Amino acid sequence: MAVVFQRTAGLTDAETHYCPGCTHGIVHRLVGEVLVELGVLDRAIAVIPVGCATLAYDYFNCDVQQAAHGRAPAVATGIRRVLPDRVVFAYQGDGDLASIGTAEIVHAAHRSENITVIFINNAIYGMTGGQMAPTTLVGQKTTTSPLGRDPRLAGEPIRIAEMLAQIPGASFVERVACDSPPHVKAAKRVIRRAFETQLAGEGFALVEVLSTCPTNWGLEPVDALAWVRDHMIPYYPLGNLRDPKKDAAARGGVRPEE
Amino acid sequence: MAKGRVAFDRDLCKGCGLCVSVCPEHMLELDTATINRKGYHPAHVVEGREDDCIGCALCAVMCPDQVITVEKF
Ligand SMILES: Cc1ncc(C[n+]2csc(CCOP(=O)(O)OP(=O)(O)O)c2C)c(N)n1
Ligand code: SF4
Ligand code: SF4
Ligand code: SF4
Repeated sequence: MAVVFQRTAGLTDAETHYCPGCTHGIVHRLVGEVLVELGVLDRAIAVIPVGCATLAYDYFNCDVQQAAHGRAPAVATGIRRVLPDRVVFAYQGDGDLASIGTAEIVHAAHRSENITVIFINNAIYGMTGGQMAPTTLVGQKTTTSPLGRDPRLAGEPIRIAEMLAQIPGASFVERVACDSPPHVKAAKRVIRRAFETQLAGEGFALVEVLSTCPTNWGLEPVDALAWVRDHMIPYYPLGNLRDPKKDAAARGGVRPEE
Repeated sequence: MAKGRVAFDRDLCKGCGLCVSVCPEHMLELDTATINRKGYHPAHVVEGREDDCIGCALCAVMCPDQVITVEKF
């Protein structure tokens, strides 16, 4: 008899405030498990966003700094440069990263900062009550697009992973999803690669995670998983876009420890 | 003989049903006769189905709240 699954030491015992079935909780767990398995939990520092994950300072079992809205990559840059022996990651939503924080993420990638970014794309602003995000799908109803997103007014949904993958300094970029057990298991392997990129000093790494917001989508949690599969994945294809292992063009960025 | 065993920390459960939806043995359900400390119907093993667990841990992989512990024999 062997325990094959139990709570990870990478998260605290705190009960999360996330809504039932919200996959923020799954992604937290994956990050916690990866930090434990890589043996870096005691030197990890999380930089958390404004959004539903703001309270994650109670959840990640490591040091945590909360950043102003969208500024997590800038804060993570500062921490990583001053404390080069630490493993620093930003955890950001799509309102945070793809809207107010676009400048910070683009320039952190350009500088190929040696940080890992976990980007939660749930196609909506969760915390503030379900407003349209840059990632909201065409036709998707939100409180600020009650008739559905109209691309003539709001543009097409922004594909962050593809956009950042254009940048030479974006060493590792991959999109994953949380809609099924195989995708969750794959997501963990990818998050691990993103941290390994940082540990190898190979520069900026970002994992875009297609995630659910059952509450603001107005769907049961199980139906929200199906919505990711049927609507999000077709527009936001899963897969790797950049990996220093296969990509000679990728280059490490500022590595003050060297 | 059961191949696996699941245990639920039921007061942590938010009754989302994700575990129920992915179990390949269809041996989980929300316990509508119970309301837990958080006010939800917690997930549990359907009565009499305990021995059907294969220890695959798919339920735990999808649980956003780390409610489930899985053992494999
Ligand atoms: C400077 C500033 N502008 C706006 C807000 C309001 N606000 C709080 S959270 C948020 C967006 C949250 O959405 P997202 O980043 O997608 O995270 P989620 O809650 O969906 O996880 C906004 C606009 C704020 N707190 N600060
Ligand atoms: S509002 Fe949406 S993103 Fe926020 S905790 Fe609830 S389900 Fe998750
Ligand atoms: S471990 Fe597998 S078989 Fe057992 S309850 Fe969980 S999903 Fe079902
Ligand atoms: S997935 Fe977790 S929180 Fe959701 S019903 Fe199952 S045990 Fe409860």
